Amino acid sequence: MELLQHYLSLATKTIFIENMILAYFLGMCSYLAVSKKIETSIGLGKAVIFVNGITVPLNWCINNYLLKEGALSWTHIPGIETVDLSFLHLIMFIATIAALVQLVEMIIEKFSASLYTSLGIFLPLITVNCSILGASLFMNERAYTFGESVVFGVSAGAGFALAIVSMSAIRFKLKYSNIPSGLRGLGITMILTGLISMAYLAFSGIQL
Amino acid sequence: MSNKIFSDPLIDNNPITKQVLGVCSALAVTVKLEMAIVMAVSLTFVVTFSNLIVSLLRNYIPSNVRIIVQLVIIATLVILVDQVLQAYMYDVSKQLSVFVGLIITNCIVMGRAEAFAMSNGPKDSMLDGLGNGIGYGSILIVVSMVREILGSGQLYGYQIIPLSMYLDQGGWYMNNGLMLLAPGAFIVLGLLIWVQRTYTGYIEE
Repeated sequence: MELLQHYLSLATKTIFIENMILAYFLGMCSYLAVSKKIETSIGLGKAVIFVNGITVPLNWCINNYLLKEGALSWTHIPGIETVDLSFLHLIMFIATIAALVQLVEMIIEKFSASLYTSLGIFLPLITVNCSILGASLFMNERAYTFGESVVFGVSAGAGFALAIVSMSAIRFKLKYSNIPSGLRGLGITMILTGLISMAYLAFSGIQL
Repeated sequence: MSNKIFSDPLIDNNPITKQVLGVCSALAVTVKLEMAIVMAVSLTFVVTFSNLIVSLLRNYIPSNVRIIVQLVIIATLVILVDQVLQAYMYDVSKQLSVFVGLIITNCIVMGRAEAFAMSNGPKDSMLDGLGNGIGYGSILIVVSMVREILGSGQLYGYQIIPLSMYLDQGGWYMNNGLMLLAPGAFIVLGLLIWVQRTYTGYIEE
């Protein structure tokens, strides 16, 4: 029960208080490019939740069983306890993400045509989405356990999805407003994101 | 021709304000000028050399695995930067936390490798990388100067606004704490984009 409560507060913290976009600015490029339409934002949001939920725990395993100091001790080779490969974590994480995204794309193309049509076009975009690599790096920096990394991965994706869907809803309304010409597009989107992010600051008062 | 390759990304075709690339790190590391300068130098290094290497290898990279090849080249350069920062500038590297690693997925580096270095010679590619790096860095430095002065009254760690002006010292001034938080970054960058686009006359439809 206590564990469940712990996971729940981790999820709340990751979605609302430490939102990937609104507090850490991760995944801004695809956020700005895709939030023009609601349908595509929902599609990208789902894809990010899905991929984050797999890559963060997978990278946790790689980090804890291959890269960390002493992580290779399960092989029982003498002297391996002192091997520290953690300088390789950047290249390993991004390689895992790139390979996994490719794999997921092939699998869902084969088995679920409807899922493929809704997620397919977003998957290539995801490899270079900062919020995916960022979630894995945060998992490493904050030294989460396996369970925490699953919860963190899914809710980091959910936070991204929430931000991008709400932004696309605002941009839909924005089409009918008269904005100064230099501010159109990117400028006003930035300022609006600033305002949403200010609203989200209110969540930081939650005691967890 | 090569002058144009270098100068175009500085203002007219700036990677952040015009091409909308690499915005994530531009916002996150601009709380202090020092961090912004370190980040700008790191990114310029990575984008220049990744463009050079990709351009040298461009005829040998099979097109269906090119993204992975580019990622490996970029990641190797980023690991170099990360290790150097940890060795010589440990405090800054701690403050930058994950954002040095995130240079790998910085769209500017990938974008330039894909859009320019894959189809141009090594010298032009290097110039293009250098121009884009500096164009990115200049935006970072401007945003961080605004945020550091308004947010903490300092510039590069030195007090700019006289301490006697502060409210608790009997003055009238107070730091704007919002500038140090996320919303400040979004709004300052939004306004900067407005200024830059009014200057260049670019209108997005």
